[in-house]
Amino acid sequence: MSEMPMNTASGVAGAMAQPQLREVPAVRMEAVYKHYGDFTALNEVDLKVAKGEKIVVCGPSGSGKSTLIRCINHIEKHDEGLIYVNGIELDHQRKNIDAVRRDTGMVFQSFNLFPHMTVLENCTLAPMTANGMSEAEAKDLAMHFLTKVRIPDQAEKFPGQLSGGQQQRVAIARALCMRPKIMLFDEPTSALDPEMVKEVLETMRKLAEEGMTMLCVTHEMGFAREVADRIVFMNEGKVVEQAAPEEFFKNPKSERARTFLDQIIH
Amino acid sequence: MSHFSPTAAVNYFFNYFLMKGVLVTIGLTVAAVIGGLILGMGIALMRMSSNPVLSGFSRFYIWFFRGTPLLIQLVVIYSGLPQLGIKFSVITCALVGLILNEAAYLAEIVRSGFMAVSAGQREAAWALSLSPWVTFRRVTLPQAFRLMIPPLGNSINSLLKATSLASVISVEELMRRSDMLMQEHFQILEVYAAATAYYLILTSVWDAVQRRLEKHFGRSSAAKSRRVAARAPVAQTSAEARA
Ligand SMILES: Nc1ncnc2c1ncn2[C@@H]1O[C@H](COP(=O)(O)OP(=O)(O)OP(=O)(O)O)[C@@H](O)[C@H]1O
Ligand SMILES: [Mg+2]
Repeated sequence: MSEMPMNTASGVAGAMAQPQLREVPAVRMEAVYKHYGDFTALNEVDLKVAKGEKIVVCGPSGSGKSTLIRCINHIEKHDEGLIYVNGIELDHQRKNIDAVRRDTGMVFQSFNLFPHMTVLENCTLAPMTANGMSEAEAKDLAMHFLTKVRIPDQAEKFPGQLSGGQQQRVAIARALCMRPKIMLFDEPTSALDPEMVKEVLETMRKLAEEGMTMLCVTHEMGFAREVADRIVFMNEGKVVEQAAPEEFFKNPKSERARTFLDQIIH
Repeated sequence: MSHFSPTAAVNYFFNYFLMKGVLVTIGLTVAAVIGGLILGMGIALMRMSSNPVLSGFSRFYIWFFRGTPLLIQLVVIYSGLPQLGIKFSVITCALVGLILNEAAYLAEIVRSGFMAVSAGQREAAWALSLSPWVTFRRVTLPQAFRLMIPPLGNSINSLLKATSLASVISVEELMRRSDMLMQEHFQILEVYAAATAYYLILTSVWDAVQRRLEKHFGRSSAAKSRRVAARAPVAQTSAEARA
């Protein structure tokens, strides 16, 4: 199979992927609000993510982590403020939403694989229907990424026949088949048995090494420490603290982050 | 005359006149299913729409047609509407009544099928840049349809039997023709034995078709997700029995 770089814009090795400040940021959020009725799920959120940067978002349950990440590909619609993804403004216009979704891939806690399609069909559907790829091309592409997540032998199975860890790796491969520039993960390992967490984190680590821009909601602090360039800590809809992992774990500035870390690390 | 003649019953079973009634019963059922599905799909879409006028109308429609006996609906269409100058042929009356009624039941089945497909499926489709049409056609519809088959099957079984109500407005289907034979020869048990056999055959054939459909569309779900917190949609309640 031919060499297929994960992502043409930033196919640089992770260690060298210094965030370039003059470049258009991968994600830029300015004073973003999201309300559910009277409840404010995002409260004046500002966030900037450089290309190639790996962000881990953490915080207590209900703090708005999922909402934040879901606003970036407009699965949730923000009410106020500005969101730019690779320079495209998410202004609720169809064509911009489409463009942003083409640049982003998403992995869900509950996998959300299509249960009535085989693993291979799950991976080829979007390339064929949204990108007009031929079936043969799409299959090659799918097998390339299924090999990458180390389950090419499961291609003809249905999702229900796979373990949770395998399903989540298929979900990652499925997203990669659209060649996104940014990957969004919402607690990708929270629904998994402990022995399967590792294989999924391993896949994500590999992706990070290849230079993918990543925003990841997770409570896997080991992963955060190793992979993240920056930790974003949220509480009650606000970004309370942002810091490099060493800094954040050793010396959290806010009281809220300190109690959160105590709870999570015991 | 106090005995039952099996020979006479068999003869009625092969009676050409009665057989043609069976064909009318089948025709009414098939037409009402097709018409009911098309109309029911529309009613279901309206019911799921965010437009309050559309969803309100759909709600009213379902409430009305499920809340009144099919028998009254048929009689009103056949004998009542001409009073307002609206007149259809007998067979049209029967079809209109059956379709309007069936659509109300099917709309609820279609709607609950779509509601049972988890929101995560749609979100995954959006995240993959699938168009609304592809999302519907390839992601939600097949999953919803699989969930619809059991209640759909029950509803069609009820409909098959409910076509006998059309006999009241003089449609010569199986029930009506049985009545006619019975009044001619007074072999009540023998005639109705033949008719009963036909209904049983028809419902059994439909059962077999339904089972094959379920098997065909359920092939991927046969392997139930192991370990994973399965987010299986809620099981459907069986279709309500008709008046
Ligand atoms: N569709 C919705 N309608 C109403 N409230 C919602 C909705 N979605 C989220 N919320 C509320 O918004 C808040 C933030 O939700 P969000 O899912 O972003 O939290 P989270 O940080 O991801 O939490 P968790 O760790 O439990 O996943 C929660 O209090 C939640 O109840
Ligand atoms: Mg969440």
